[in-house]
Amino acid sequence: MKLPRWFHRFGSPPYVYNLADAIAPWLGWAALVGIAVGAYWGLFVAPPDFRQGEVYRIIYIHPQTAYVGMMAYTLMAVSAGIGFIWRIKLAHAVAVSAAPIGASFTFCALVTGAIWGRPTWGTYWEWGDPRLMFELLLLFLFLGYLALRAAFDDRDKADRVSAVLAVVGVVNVPIIHYSVEWWNTLHQDPTVSNLSEAPSMDTSMLLPFLIMVLGFTLLFYWLLLRRLQAEIIDRERGTRWLQSLANEGAG
Amino acid sequence: MPLRSFKLVFARDLRIAFRRVSEWGNPLLFFIAVSGMFPLALSPDRLMMAAGEGELYGLQSLGIGVLWMAALLSALMGLDRLFLSDVEDGSMEQLVLSPAPLLSVVYGKLAAHWLVSALPLIFLVPILGIVYQLPAPALAMIAFAVFLATPTLTVLVAIGAALTVNIRSAAAVIGLIVLPLCSPILIFGARATVLALDGDAAAGPLYLLTSLAFLAVSLGPIAIAAAVRVGLE
Repeated sequence: MKLPRWFHRFGSPPYVYNLADAIAPWLGWAALVGIAVGAYWGLFVAPPDFRQGEVYRIIYIHPQTAYVGMMAYTLMAVSAGIGFIWRIKLAHAVAVSAAPIGASFTFCALVTGAIWGRPTWGTYWEWGDPRLMFELLLLFLFLGYLALRAAFDDRDKADRVSAVLAVVGVVNVPIIHYSVEWWNTLHQDPTVSNLSEAPSMDTSMLLPFLIMVLGFTLLFYWLLLRRLQAEIIDRERGTRWLQSLANEGAG
Repeated sequence: MPLRSFKLVFARDLRIAFRRVSEWGNPLLFFIAVSGMFPLALSPDRLMMAAGEGELYGLQSLGIGVLWMAALLSALMGLDRLFLSDVEDGSMEQLVLSPAPLLSVVYGKLAAHWLVSALPLIFLVPILGIVYQLPAPALAMIAFAVFLATPTLTVLVAIGAALTVNIRSAAAVIGLIVLPLCSPILIFGARATVLALDGDAAAGPLYLLTSLAFLAVSLGPIAIAAAVRVGLE
């Protein structure tokens, strides 16, 4: 497959480092504003649900963390696959940077889901809920990827071996998802997954929900770029462009 | 050429397996020990009390879970010899360098591994099922479901083994990366057995197990071959 000409710049660590440095503050501030507005709107302005009361407000935190976790896994697998096929080291760096963030968000999804489950289902951990189980398995997939990487001393080898695992994992994620769904179904049906039809959520609740989705997405990419910068510094230790950058900062 | 290399690798791995009986015998003994010792921790008398006089349902459904989990763990026990010994003595390198396609070599190794590790399991699982007082239809079903699940299991375990050939303490890492991938076959296998226990038709989960087996056997070896190549680089 032939790559477009501008693509080669994304293989250059100094270019990507500076690009990330330029974009990250914008993402960070936008995420802060989005989450602040969405949280205030969702937690104080939006009306309470007629069935669940105030408890439903978890939908302004919990689905967002779950969604970012899944997005992180997909992004990790796609960039690891790109790194494996075209031998682009920076793509591996992106995959490595995405994994801990995705694991953290998935963990948050599990914890917020359990907190919501206590008043709604009467238990922190409802055995038989497919999505809870899927999040747990997704967390293990992330942890397995990180454990496999940690077991190697040689970074190049860790990159390539863990890329194979990430691709195998992403093929399996939909299978695991549907098998767990089939295993048992107790979770409420998805409310806003289909935007082309009228969602079953009122606009006064939907708008802050979508703002929170946007805010969490921006937060993820801000974290990703900052981690990517740290990863690049770690990988490029002792190179001249990094030393001159450090001297600039000191002087 | 591909068929010939498949046959040669298959025959070679089988010959090695028959000369090192303990290597494939130990995981099976491990399976017997785990599933045979589980009743010690379960206190079966309480399970039966909970279900009412003369009811075995609690013990039986727990037994199904125990058997599937123990089968999974014993498959993880036995993966050491799949690639590790060949990588250590350098013969894997020769197989990769040889003109034979690596995929057919991988298929040969997988087939031999399935034959010595999974086939005995298919006969052992129903015998251990007697410990949990499973009725005959459930015993037949669990043997058949294990038969359908083991190709997928062998491929997944081989992926784990191929990814970790260069790691010193591989066992814990392999468990962490392979177990979540095994969750679909655990779900469908246990469901088919429970359905048979209730006397219901179990075709649905069996179809799904079969399709997963075809998917794993057709796509998995590509990942295994890639992992083996990377491991030897």
